[in-house]
Amino acid sequence: MSTEKKKAHPYKFILWVGLGSIIMLFAGLTSAYIVKKGQANWLDFELPVVFWYSTLVILLSSVTMQMALKKFKEREMGQYRGFITLTVILGLVFVVTQMMGFSALEANSIALTGPRSNSAGSFLLVIAGLHILHVLGGVIALAIIFLRAYSVKTKFYNALPVELASIYWHFVDILWIYLFVFLQFVG
Amino acid sequence: MSNEAAIIEDVHVKSATIHDAHGHQDHGHHEHHETFLSKYVFSMDHKMIAKQFLITGMVWAVLGGLMSVLFRLQLGYPDASFPWLESLLGKWAKGGQITPEAYYALVTTHGTVLVFFVLTAGLSGTFANFLIPLQIGARDMASPFLNMLSYWFFFIASIVMLSSMFVETGPFSGGWTAYPPLSALGDASPGSKTGMDLWIIAMSLFIVSSLLGGLNYIATILNMRTKGMSMTRLPLTIWALFFTAVLGVLSFPVLLSGMILLIFDRNFGTSFYLSDIFVNGVGALPNEGGSAILYQHLFWFLGHPEVYIILLPAMGMVSEIMSVSSRKPIFGYMAMLGSLFAIAALAFLVWAHHMFVTGLNPFLGSVFVLLTLLIAVPSAIKVFNWLTTLWRGNIRFTPGMLFAIGFVSLFISGGLTGIWLGNAALDIHLHDTYFVIAHFHIVMGVASMFGMFAGVYHWFPKMYGRFMNNTLGYIHFWVTMAGAYLIFWPMHYEGLAGMPRRYFDFSIWESFKQFGELNKFITIVSMIVFAAQILFLINFFYSIFKGRKVTTQNPWEANTLEWTTPIRPGHGNWPGEIPEVHRWAYDYGKDGKDFIQQTTPVGADESTH
Ligand code: HEM
Ligand SMILES: [Cu+2]
Repeated sequence: MSTEKKKAHPYKFILWVGLGSIIMLFAGLTSAYIVKKGQANWLDFELPVVFWYSTLVILLSSVTMQMALKKFKEREMGQYRGFITLTVILGLVFVVTQMMGFSALEANSIALTGPRSNSAGSFLLVIAGLHILHVLGGVIALAIIFLRAYSVKTKFYNALPVELASIYWHFVDILWIYLFVFLQFVG
Repeated sequence: MSNEAAIIEDVHVKSATIHDAHGHQDHGHHEHHETFLSKYVFSMDHKMIAKQFLITGMVWAVLGGLMSVLFRLQLGYPDASFPWLESLLGKWAKGGQITPEAYYALVTTHGTVLVFFVLTAGLSGTFANFLIPLQIGARDMASPFLNMLSYWFFFIASIVMLSSMFVETGPFSGGWTAYPPLSALGDASPGSKTGMDLWIIAMSLFIVSSLLGGLNYIATILNMRTKGMSMTRLPLTIWALFFTAVLGVLSFPVLLSGMILLIFDRNFGTSFYLSDIFVNGVGALPNEGGSAILYQHLFWFLGHPEVYIILLPAMGMVSEIMSVSSRKPIFGYMAMLGSLFAIAALAFLVWAHHMFVTGLNPFLGSVFVLLTLLIAVPSAIKVFNWLTTLWRGNIRFTPGMLFAIGFVSLFISGGLTGIWLGNAALDIHLHDTYFVIAHFHIVMGVASMFGMFAGVYHWFPKMYGRFMNNTLGYIHFWVTMAGAYLIFWPMHYEGLAGMPRRYFDFSIWESFKQFGELNKFITIVSMIVFAAQILFLINFFYSIFKGRKVTTQNPWEANTLEWTTPIRPGHGNWPGEIPEVHRWAYDYGKDGKDFIQQTTPVGADESTH
């Protein structure tokens, strides 16, 4: 082991491997989607526009997350807290817009669950729903490090938790972009 | 260590170089105020967590083994009545005979519990936790906290699974693979009601446990090795546990996705897996357009890697124990490593060999035949290397070594029948017969169990500072070895004759009546083998308290790092600095020396391997 080489912190490494397994979760679902779509009885429908808005929102939240990390490293704690708050809010807006998308479909009598549902709609619900849970996980993580910013220990300015949160946050963002493109163009 | 402490430590390390990784780990020998709870229950010491996994796994092994004895009783004595069964199982054995519902519940729970709780959590959980930090030279796992969570998720999964056995309608009874529609429709059978809900919850918790464990194992192996411990100096145990973790981290999420769809079909009226179904007493279901085969794809995409998740740790431990006990370097270290890699990679490409009779496109089927048969190549390399390691070795027949040799025998026998099954043309006849049962019990069930026994006998001195009793170990080995073949070998013939698996009673079939006596024989042997496992348990628990004490640091005269720790290592493993590694783990019989530990510097005129 060379002494010059700087290795990733083990926690960061755990996170990266964990992201790999989240990818496999969605890879499993999207391949199931493709298989199912190739079979009889598939209902084609357009994604409601509101999913475009939620995509914009989550893209924006990545920018604010990045700013938060930058401000943290510059020790601008006030601005850091501002950007974290903004990110959390955008995350929640994302969730709400997605829910609006589901309602719009139901309103168009495209059932997502229940006896009248077609697995095309159910897949959308399961895939987007699981992604929402991952976003909410990120929101909770951000809330925790936000609260921590008020505790004494931060005088050490340890950037690790914020870095971990931002890696995760960008990941769920990119994951959504993949899912959106997939649902929009493959689905 | 508390989270805060870790973070403060991090601050020291943050801007520095990797050398500080040692500083980072050095809190290992701070004095902690240990209470009973923090030492034995909510422990973050990887060695204690390993023991928790081991003992929980043992409890499940006893329960799961007992279940198999019960359903074997039905198969061996379909007409007999055992009043004590009724007192044990109540309404599940009215009149002293197991009911069909109970039979299926027992078979299903036996399969689920042995595959996942014993041979995955009990095996990887125990030895990955115990050996990774000790053999790579680390104070603990990358995240001891996640490690503790991993055990507790497993524990809760166990409780939920256990509770499913006490619900009114019984535990799930549709087979360990949980195929829909049986698993998706509460009305399909009593076991598909609450029992199945609990089964899914338990399995989901179990998946979380495996993932948390796996992430940690991978991160620890790649990031926390001591100075000098390059990847190619790692003992093969660690490599095997590494590939095991990679398989788990990549395949368990896919099973989870399949389970989530199943939950939706069960509870929210969706039709992922359901179509055109008529249930007796309920009528036609509204579900349209689902595909039960889709579940099989998702299940076996995990299911096949899973069998290697079970097997690889055993392979790794067998390689290590075999080298130590033959006093010879493992033959073909790089080939062993390459074949581990090949097996792990191929494991993702063969899942449809479980689905040859599902109407799979025959062309696609032939691709899977080819990929499946390819596994024989790395498997054969491994067998060859084990045999050549034994060849002219100075063999010490410890109980651990006997189980390691037994493993190789079982792996050969079971691997050969795998090649039969891997041919779609043969599998169409053999699928869902006792031939498959024989195949996978020999190659996976018993073989991995042997790997686990080998590991327990070999590392028991490190775990508890005492030895297990050898005589009991020998009896345990010979009875189990002979018994395993006597139980499973005849099943091949039953399967070839077409005897299907998962039938409650064969005595009413003209074609299978001929096996009545054979089934009785198998049942008797299985009871004897079960009794031998009790002997093992007695030996294990007795030896923890009363076994012969270990008096030297390195009782097996092995090279790996765990034998450089004190006889009873504390949390942090090494009281002083973590030793530096100068060579690979297999310098046995080199330059006239019986063994050279990894910590011994390379001499000036010495060649390295
Ligand atoms: C050369 C190596 C192997 C080949 C070609 C092979 C092939 C197969 C095939 C084709 C089947 C499906 C049989 C059927 O259901 O009709 C099967 C079943 C099975 N194999 Fe293997 N196998 C091999 C080694 C192994 C190993 C090493 C393990 C585990 C450690 C294993 C575990 C299993 C299990 C658990 C099943 C049955 C699952 C079930 O239906 O419940 N196999 N094998
Ligand atoms: Cu397989």
